[in-house]
Amino acid sequence: MRKLTVKQIAYGVMAMVCLICFPLAVSSTLVLHIMILFFMFAMLGVAWNIMGGYAGMFSFGQVAFFGIGAYTSSFLLMAYHVNPWIGLVAGGVAAALVGVGIGYPCSNLRGHYFAIATIAFGEIVRTHFNNWKLVGAAEGLSLPMLDEGLGNFMFHSSKVPYYYIILAFLLLSLTVSYLVSTSKTGYYFRAIKESHDVAKVLGINVVRYRLLAVMISAFLTAMAGTFYAQYVLYIDPESVMLLAVSVQIVLISMLGGAGSVMGPVIGAGILIPVSELTRIWLGYRGTGIDMLIYGFLITLISVYQPKGVWGLFSRLGSRG
Amino acid sequence: MKNAACLELRGVTKHFGGLYANDNIDFIVQEGEIVSIIGPNGAGKSTLFDCITGFYPANAGQVFFFGKEITRLRADAICKMGIARTFQVVQVISDMTVLENVTTGALLRFVEVGRAKGKAEEVLAFTGLLSKKDFLGTELTIADKKRLEVSMALATQPKLLMLDESMAGLTPVELQAMMGLIKSIRASGITLVVVEHVMQAVMEISDRVIVLSSGKKIMEGPPKDVVTNKEVIEAYLGKKYHAVTQ
Amino acid sequence: MTEQLLQQVVNGLLIGFMYALIAIGLTLIWGVMNIVNFAHGDFLMVGMFASFWLYTLYGLDPLFSIPVCAVLLFVMGLLIYRFIVSKVMRGPMLAQLVVTFGVSIFISNLAVYLWTPDFRQISKPLLSGTWDLAGIELSIPKFAGSIGSIVVSLCMFLFLKKTKTGKAILATEMDREAALLMGINTERINSLSFGIGAATVGIAGAFLSTYYYIYPQVGGIFGTIAFSIVALGGFGSIEGAFIAGILVGLVQTLGGFFFDPAYKYALVFMIYLITVWIRPQGLLGW
Repeated sequence: MRKLTVKQIAYGVMAMVCLICFPLAVSSTLVLHIMILFFMFAMLGVAWNIMGGYAGMFSFGQVAFFGIGAYTSSFLLMAYHVNPWIGLVAGGVAAALVGVGIGYPCSNLRGHYFAIATIAFGEIVRTHFNNWKLVGAAEGLSLPMLDEGLGNFMFHSSKVPYYYIILAFLLLSLTVSYLVSTSKTGYYFRAIKESHDVAKVLGINVVRYRLLAVMISAFLTAMAGTFYAQYVLYIDPESVMLLAVSVQIVLISMLGGAGSVMGPVIGAGILIPVSELTRIWLGYRGTGIDMLIYGFLITLISVYQPKGVWGLFSRLGSRG
Repeated sequence: MKNAACLELRGVTKHFGGLYANDNIDFIVQEGEIVSIIGPNGAGKSTLFDCITGFYPANAGQVFFFGKEITRLRADAICKMGIARTFQVVQVISDMTVLENVTTGALLRFVEVGRAKGKAEEVLAFTGLLSKKDFLGTELTIADKKRLEVSMALATQPKLLMLDESMAGLTPVELQAMMGLIKSIRASGITLVVVEHVMQAVMEISDRVIVLSSGKKIMEGPPKDVVTNKEVIEAYLGKKYHAVTQ
Repeated sequence: MTEQLLQQVVNGLLIGFMYALIAIGLTLIWGVMNIVNFAHGDFLMVGMFASFWLYTLYGLDPLFSIPVCAVLLFVMGLLIYRFIVSKVMRGPMLAQLVVTFGVSIFISNLAVYLWTPDFRQISKPLLSGTWDLAGIELSIPKFAGSIGSIVVSLCMFLFLKKTKTGKAILATEMDREAALLMGINTERINSLSFGIGAATVGIAGAFLSTYYYIYPQVGGIFGTIAFSIVALGGFGSIEGAFIAGILVGLVQTLGGFFFDPAYKYALVFMIYLITVWIRPQGLLGW
């Protein structure tokens, strides 16, 4: 919403340089993996933010789009040898269409009612994929091993190319998010978030803009899904369509600051390393401590800092 | 249609179950007029606004705007055609600044954000809020919020502005300022239809007054005729009182 | 064929009564304070585990655990409202949505930590076995649960309509500001409603423990189904939630019977989507 200042651009460039040089300095595959997850979840958060943070459509069903993206590109690859990059676009389009299909009847839902509709949607999609023989039902899909290379969107010997690809995707998402927030669409989203009546009275076609928000969000989320499929080379409904992941996406945006461009990135930067590390150190025996801490943190944040980390900064900077 | 009235209602009826909020309402508003709609609580004034501006579809009757029928149109389409309105409970966008709020309205006619902002600043200068353009929506007083709401409506460049109880809750000084604003708005070429309870304002700004009671239009005419009319007085005060007026 | 169908109808009713009991607590909380309790299913789980441990450690039959579960969950609900939920009531919508998710994740994983993710079962409850009614199998514990559901729902209904506190709750549900103006302490009503809502689902947990597997994640599906029921019945309407619960139970079993059992929950979720699209106020809501 606010145009970038020179200082912000400078910080951004510095951060980019660091991130680009990062894999040259660090070789631990674990660290690279965490960074990749961080970028991916940041992207998912940014995508959610366009719907949720800007337009007030709090979706708890993003995994459905993630899964549709992953499944579309993987299935096209397996069954018809379609190049994953084309599959990427196909997945995005599929997710956007499904988003419109479900978004239209829900155009007047707000707040809790909309949230639950998205949960219902996510669960219906997951059930469907769990039983759809064509795409492997509960067993999922194993991607065929192609020759390594950017053209095939597949690398076997190192995680580094994946690092750069997902970083590029994240930058793309941030660009989209920034452009939306400073454009007429962004203003209109915020009006819709405040109240449908206010929006209508200013001549805004609420249904059309809400569907636009879903389409953009779904497309980007599906892109991340395709990336994930190409990264782990195996997908099944339990890994790419879990409600828990949808919740995580919401939390990332909320923790960092829903409604701001960079908020989800901050949120992912905190939450992903924390959850990965607690899972590794505390979780593998199935004691649930990692999730316990997670649940505790979420509750704490909702109560004490609901505007997220970004909210802290803007409070310090604004007129007060 | 040549010289069609700005707004024309024919037999507009809206009922909720058995309750008739608007029962066969007819009236005409000519371009350039300021028409006030008054009536006791529950008379159906806000419902009428909702029917005209597309928030509720009327059950029967028609609404014409400069000769074009707008009865079944969506609210945002009606705004695009040139009717803007405010709400009884003032609604602005709370986490945007005053300038951003008005810019949102201006974006209807100026697609590019920069030019929309320019238009917004013009409107804010006109309504007297320019000095507060960076205040957040939540930081304003009620009077300023109402002024902001009017600014947002004006930014959509309406030909007809419908104000719902814009004087409610204002101090005498704020009242004078709001009346002055309404007169300037008319002077700039916009027709006004105003729902009002504050009689002092009704008397001072209106060309004509329409009186609603229990869903029906019971009278219309110049302010001083309406205010001394027996039926109108009964509607407000009940049959026991016959006020003596000038 | 008709016998199978009839069996499914009976099953549906039995499940439905239990769903109804679970849903009335959720609709009360939702109606009174406009907050969706995403932890509702986990309250159910706590009720089930309470019943299980009372049985395993002290030999108390689940039937007699009912009052204990009710009180335990009532207190739990009260505390969660006072110390957590009440603080976000004035906050942004997103915080209100997320806070009960946080509580849900915390409770279910606390259960994993304390009791492991293993499935448990109450092996010899007082009420067990089945009746054979002209070829239709009627599960006794489920039947008892249904009776319990009817009794509790009736008590809730009478409480709300006939007692002073109950009427205060209904008033708050209908118009919060007006209730405040009438001198009703709406904060107290909120706590009370949260507590009562939790208590009813605690009772449901006690009944459910006599025939359902008990494990930390059991709350998930029940909680999610409850949303559909509340929507169908009309947010805030106890009678609506009761009737809708039974209907949803029937949809689940009959849907599974006529279409595909794997889709039985998906059908239930579709009910939510269809209801909010076509008749947002639900069957009996305002």
